[in-house]
Amino acid sequence: MDFELSEEQRLLKDSVERLLADRYDFSARQRFMHEPAGFSRELWRQYAELGLLGLPFAEDDGGIGGGPVETMIVMEAFGRALALEPYFATVVLAGGFLRLGASAAMRASLIPQIVSGDLLLAFAHAERQSRYDLADVATIARKDGSNYIVDGAKTLVIHGDCADKLVVSARVAGAQRDCSGLGLFVVDAGAAGVTRRPYPTVDGLRAAEVALAGVRVGADAVIGEPGNAWELITQVVDAATAALAAEAVGAMAAMHELTVEYLKTRKQFGVPIGAFQVLQHRAADMLIALEQARSMCLLATMSADDSDILERRKAIAATKVQIGRSGRLVGQQAIQLHGGIGMTMEHKVGHYFKRVVITGTLFGDADHHLVELARMGGLIAAT
Amino acid sequence: MDLRFTPEETAFRDEVRAFLRTALPEPIRRKMVEGRRLAKDDLLSWQRILNDKGWAVPHWPVEWGGTGWSPVCEYIYREELQQAPAPDPLPFGVNMVGPVIIAFGSEAQKRRFLPRIANLDDWWCQGFSEPEAGSDLASLRTAARRDGDHYVVNGQKTWTTLAQYADWIFCLVRTNPAAKKQEGISFLLIDMKTPGITVRPITTIDGGKEVNEVFFDDVRVPMENRVGAENKGWDYTKFLLGNERTGIARVGVSKARLRRLREIAALERLGDKPLIEDERFRIKIAALEVELKALEMTQLRVVAAERRNGNRPDPKSSILKIKGSEIQQAVSELLMEAIGPYALPDHVPHEQDERWNEPPVGPDWAAGLAAQYFNMRKVSIYGGSNEIQKNIIAKAILGL
Repeated sequence: MDFELSEEQRLLKDSVERLLADRYDFSARQRFMHEPAGFSRELWRQYAELGLLGLPFAEDDGGIGGGPVETMIVMEAFGRALALEPYFATVVLAGGFLRLGASAAMRASLIPQIVSGDLLLAFAHAERQSRYDLADVATIARKDGSNYIVDGAKTLVIHGDCADKLVVSARVAGAQRDCSGLGLFVVDAGAAGVTRRPYPTVDGLRAAEVALAGVRVGADAVIGEPGNAWELITQVVDAATAALAAEAVGAMAAMHELTVEYLKTRKQFGVPIGAFQVLQHRAADMLIALEQARSMCLLATMSADDSDILERRKAIAATKVQIGRSGRLVGQQAIQLHGGIGMTMEHKVGHYFKRVVITGTLFGDADHHLVELARMGGLIAAT
Repeated sequence: MDLRFTPEETAFRDEVRAFLRTALPEPIRRKMVEGRRLAKDDLLSWQRILNDKGWAVPHWPVEWGGTGWSPVCEYIYREELQQAPAPDPLPFGVNMVGPVIIAFGSEAQKRRFLPRIANLDDWWCQGFSEPEAGSDLASLRTAARRDGDHYVVNGQKTWTTLAQYADWIFCLVRTNPAAKKQEGISFLLIDMKTPGITVRPITTIDGGKEVNEVFFDDVRVPMENRVGAENKGWDYTKFLLGNERTGIARVGVSKARLRRLREIAALERLGDKPLIEDERFRIKIAALEVELKALEMTQLRVVAAERRNGNRPDPKSSILKIKGSEIQQAVSELLMEAIGPYALPDHVPHEQDERWNEPPVGPDWAAGLAAQYFNMRKVSIYGGSNEIQKNIIAKAILGL
């Protein structure tokens, strides 16, 4: 049992944190948000130079060969910086499908472009009716010779606005909520029949609604075997959930630090407000929630590769419950303890709050995962 | 980074499990599973089984019976003990006064007391709290005045757990009333048979009689029974309180109780199906399991950090105390909810009580669960209340 980072992992952590400390203060973030893509293309190139965009990919595919711990390190740093770049969408999520499911030919053609920073991806999966049910897919992929024709509507596609290609889930067989019968297809965002409606999200990022009308997909753009994508979807989403947990922990830690600092500097009644016990206890409650979230983030990270699927799913569900609950508590208290200034767009704390709330709902909120965990039998068996 | 135990640690865990399977007497294990109160003899015999094995005081220096285990192995041992579930060794000797004597006591005190603590030949109790000194412990007023080669002690201690069985009490007493309150306190070891000591039981809301008031009326204590220097008792107290670290989370205990909860919820019926199949109830259990898993991971992080920092106490142990006590309380609450209306019958399980041997009203498994729920309210109060723990977090970690 060991919670230490290796020497390489420490170096990675230092270099990411240094880059973000130099380049990603709050005013820079506000500027990046107003760039055409809603993030900094310049920083994206820097991430490529630093090797971050190749981090989780195998060395044979042109990547660095990092694992869940490396992804955790980067995502936590991004959480602290409130980074806007589509790292989660491109590298963690869509990249996860390529890494774990794509053919050698597809990996060889796409991964080097991701690593160099020239290709942005997004995962087009959720639909209007699906809520948090990953199996609920009504989009259809119909076989047409060696091709597939995809029809349907995808919603809330994170960074779907800027993606060059979309990893689209569609049903080749089965009923709408069946786990079996799902396929994954790589679709050019500019392909005939694809329409996108881009929009900003409450956390300062961007997303898109994606309509697919008779979109033709070649056999070379299929990930894995159509009909059998369920295992891969859960595996990639679980790993992505661990990464989101790390981002949330980074943001929660930053919010907590800001709040404690504020308690030490803000004076009322002639004393720093941190002298008041009621506020000290709130800050302590926030720390407890943060540390419990960090603990579960570590569990999720170290379970992301677990070959026992049920154990992995339970650990991830439990983590999402904790992250969701801790995030709400830390975020709400951070705003409350900042008082009026916490309500303003000009203060950073509210932006952290909004991002943490959204990481809490992405791929299922605390209630959803609690029900899932209970259905899987919970964490402790009866004797 | 790796959550798994090393092969050596796994082998050690298996060794502990195998030992517990054969060494833990079944009647004691049943009482633990069912949440029934243990008799004095249960604790005595279990402690001696551990001591015969050489595992009574693993955290002590090897020369005094310690095992020299790593923090991880100590953690594994404690977890396995709690999950068996076996009784926790009585803390007052092995975790409290023992380490104080080891760190600050004289050679004569060590030779006299330590082996008898390890074997529970002496039953120790703790004389800290007083009616007017609870969270503000340093304001204690029990006085010790010098008279030749003795102290004469007068005053009152309270909340003294299991003093009715105790042979000895370790006491904080005021030896210099003129000094600042923390600077006039000494740490005395007092034989409970000394004339002038009276023990009066306090009945708690669960009907239990585990705590007492202890009165001192001109009690003569030899000077040689003072630990360390006169008026330095507060330093030793801080050492003692800081010593209670990762064990206070009691993760293994809560795991064993959650297992019991699932068993009981499978036996209880809700309408036409077992309670455990009710989604609302399962969700309540799952929510607690998440909290407990997070606490277990936090505890492992503190254990790992201890190993790195050379065993220094970590202020994060206040988090373990707060979450650990909240979870113990929440589990006891669900256990009581699981038996529904059978929370009603009053079970007063003292050995002295005439109803001790009567069969319980309602199902066997329901007996005592309401009492346990009421009793568990204590865990967020004792050992530094959760509010005091938050003060510690605010000062020691957050710098507020």
